[in-house]
Amino acid sequence: MHEDSLLEMRGIYKSFPGVKALQNVDFTLRKGEIHALMGENGAGKSTLIKVLTGVHIKDEGDIWLKGHDKVQIHSPQEAQKLGISTVYQEISLCPNLSVAENIFIGRGKGGLVSWRTMNKRSQELLDSLGIAVSATQQLASCSIAVQQMVAIARAVDMDCSVLILDEPTSSLDETEVEKLFILMRQLKERGVGIIFVTHFLDQVYEVCDRITVLRDGTLVGEYEIENLPRVQLVSKMLGKELDDMADIKNSVPEFVDKDEAPVYEVKGLSSTEGISPFDFEIHRGEVNGFTGLLGSGRSECVRAIFGADKVTSGTVKIDGKSVRITKPREAMKHGIGYLPEDRKRDGIVGDLSVKENIILALQVKTGFFKPFSKAKANEFAEEYIKLLDIKTASVNTPIKSLSGGNQQKVILARWLLTHPKYLILDEPTRGIDVGTKVDIQKLVLKLASEGMSVTFISSETDEMLRTCSRLLVMRDRKLVGELTGDQLTQTAVMNTIAGGDKNAE
Amino acid sequence: MPNKKAMPPKTPLWARLTKHQIIIPIAALLLLALFNLIADPSFFKITLKDNSNGDPVLSGNLISIIDNGSELAILALGMTLVTAASGGQDISVGAAIAISGSVMLRVLCGSDSRSETLQAPIIVAFLMACLVSMAFGAFNGSLVAFFKIQPMVATLILFTAGRSIAAWINNNELPIVKDESFAYFGNYIPGIPIPTPFLIAIACFIITWLIMKFTNLSLYVQSVGINEKTSRLNGLNPEFIKLMTYVLLGLCVAVAAFIKVSRISTINYSVVAKDIEMDAILAVALGGNALSGGRFSMGASVLGAYVIQFLTTTLYKFEVNAAALPAYKAVVVIILVVLSAPTVREKLSRLGKKLHKNKAAAETA
Repeated sequence: MHEDSLLEMRGIYKSFPGVKALQNVDFTLRKGEIHALMGENGAGKSTLIKVLTGVHIKDEGDIWLKGHDKVQIHSPQEAQKLGISTVYQEISLCPNLSVAENIFIGRGKGGLVSWRTMNKRSQELLDSLGIAVSATQQLASCSIAVQQMVAIARAVDMDCSVLILDEPTSSLDETEVEKLFILMRQLKERGVGIIFVTHFLDQVYEVCDRITVLRDGTLVGEYEIENLPRVQLVSKMLGKELDDMADIKNSVPEFVDKDEAPVYEVKGLSSTEGISPFDFEIHRGEVNGFTGLLGSGRSECVRAIFGADKVTSGTVKIDGKSVRITKPREAMKHGIGYLPEDRKRDGIVGDLSVKENIILALQVKTGFFKPFSKAKANEFAEEYIKLLDIKTASVNTPIKSLSGGNQQKVILARWLLTHPKYLILDEPTRGIDVGTKVDIQKLVLKLASEGMSVTFISSETDEMLRTCSRLLVMRDRKLVGELTGDQLTQTAVMNTIAGGDKNAE
Repeated sequence: MPNKKAMPPKTPLWARLTKHQIIIPIAALLLLALFNLIADPSFFKITLKDNSNGDPVLSGNLISIIDNGSELAILALGMTLVTAASGGQDISVGAAIAISGSVMLRVLCGSDSRSETLQAPIIVAFLMACLVSMAFGAFNGSLVAFFKIQPMVATLILFTAGRSIAAWINNNELPIVKDESFAYFGNYIPGIPIPTPFLIAIACFIITWLIMKFTNLSLYVQSVGINEKTSRLNGLNPEFIKLMTYVLLGLCVAVAAFIKVSRISTINYSVVAKDIEMDAILAVALGGNALSGGRFSMGASVLGAYVIQFLTTTLYKFEVNAAALPAYKAVVVIILVVLSAPTVREKLSRLGKKLHKNKAAAETA
């Protein structure tokens, strides 16, 4: 183990049934550094954190901790004892207790509590960390940022040497983030090692010293922040070389008549999910897409279009006519379909059959008093099972027993059955096999050639470059760029995603 | 199925049976019938006797079951919907029956609780009761749907207050309906040997079946019960659908109250339909419907209701003390509910598969 290291993880392997979540991953945390752990969804960040905190037991590999030598961590309590503390995005404190009680809860040795000492020590701790809150205040009355800081204070007071912050900033506003960073820098001065998991690039470059990038469960590398310009970071996270443009030909066919009024047009759309107001339009037969890193707000944009989140502003025009869309039902009435990103949470109705899942949206559209006959429903279901090649034992099989890709096709079938004018597909290709991915992309182009407008979102940039004729780029919940025609290259996309690159050499 | 290849692989009979939820009430019913057949075959005897009015009517234990089980079966219809949509149960139906019955008597008797003639047509009284019940259902439903209060807690309010509201409606008097035709609905219509409550129940089943067939109620309710988020993204309004199920249960309450009041032509606020809410919930559970909501089978719930009545009648037949009745029921309920729990069913079906495999292995060996 190296002199300055607080923590070293070497050759960590972890598999779950069917998934190799971590393969030969190394990770080193030095004394007094803030170390960003980066990667897209499924890269293995959270698995690595969970192995470190004892939530998951590693299959192979070694962990060294300063002062303990080689350690085996079997439970979160053990990790806690070894000085590894985690502060999650969701605060795991008790809102109904006071700040001081939250700092000391579960740490008393006997049954007796001296309230006076507890409050005094808490206040000292909070003051020393510059957290502006009274120890006797009820936690629920503090802002989310302060609550998070109290959680950090608790961790610090428990003599942690390794502090893990798992997406602590996603529910904070800018000034709160600033306060959190001041606290993080203070802890750094004290020699605490901080592992910082976040999706916000700006924040990484503001506060971190080093970056470890993971992709698909393997280690991409560890970099000093000065030596890794943003564009490089984005390309490492996405696994694309900058000059890897060979396979991209501008062969996306266009079926767009720009003179016609757009099928869907909006000005200044925003929702409660914190995206900055944006303008957007799509023409008949156009395929466009929102791109950006995970958490950049691309899903929130399309959710706002469909009325899935509470819309706070924006004027919508369908075929040039002003309409109001605040609920999914209204969007559906105007011929919009939406395949959600989170299939399990928002897409499937698990216990219902494939058939019922397919006819659901159309049955809602046709209305309460017009159910399809059994024969008609079966006919619809079988038509789309055949069209999309859905692998299911029968139309009556519960959808939850299908594989992910086939579930996705069922949801796709559901929307195709409603014959939408404008179809929004948020990550339709996630977690499905390559063949099906290609099928879905082909289908999208075919639908567009028949006059349907499609918005397509995918984490895989090359998929989007292959299908979209226009890309809208999101960063940190803002629409930051629009790429068309010759601009549609990996490099251009990554440059726009990375944005104002202060670190470029 | 047109294509033979599309046929699902043949599953063993045991596994297929344990998958169907209606198997639970059927099995319970068969078990009870078998028990009675062995203990006393005369249990099943049905005779045609003259009743006190001199009309020939059917009598026997089976008739008593289908007669007295009517209110429960009707309530089970509404309770199934409420359970499926909101993942919780309405425990105020007993109290709501008292209110509904009280309203009916108030309309029929007017201000004079001993009135010799009807002050309003029966149909008006019934419709009035329906309106009031549905209003109370809407009250429960909005607490659950809009204020997201746990159904049992939300309906606890009416459960507690309902019977005093019922008494208050009639100034705590007990009106008696003297008109004979009113009693037809809870007893027998002259010339028809089948108890009227059973006929009303059958009518309710047919109406429910028609609603299931000619509307999307079942699809909407199940979607909302299984995945509210998805339902909303598919254009449904989960709050409204939950509210609707409580209103429909209110309608079932009014019909049940009508039968209850008609049986004795008067009402006893503190005992009418006492504990019926528990039996109704039980009927839903016995029908193999998940009490946490989602998929449901109306038929299974109705069958569940009659199983409960069958059990009650059987216990009466064996002269179990009325006070001890609930204890006996509880034992049976524990067994049935545990058996119908999804985890147990899964284990049973796995056990069945294992047995099947062993048998197959033994045959090949």
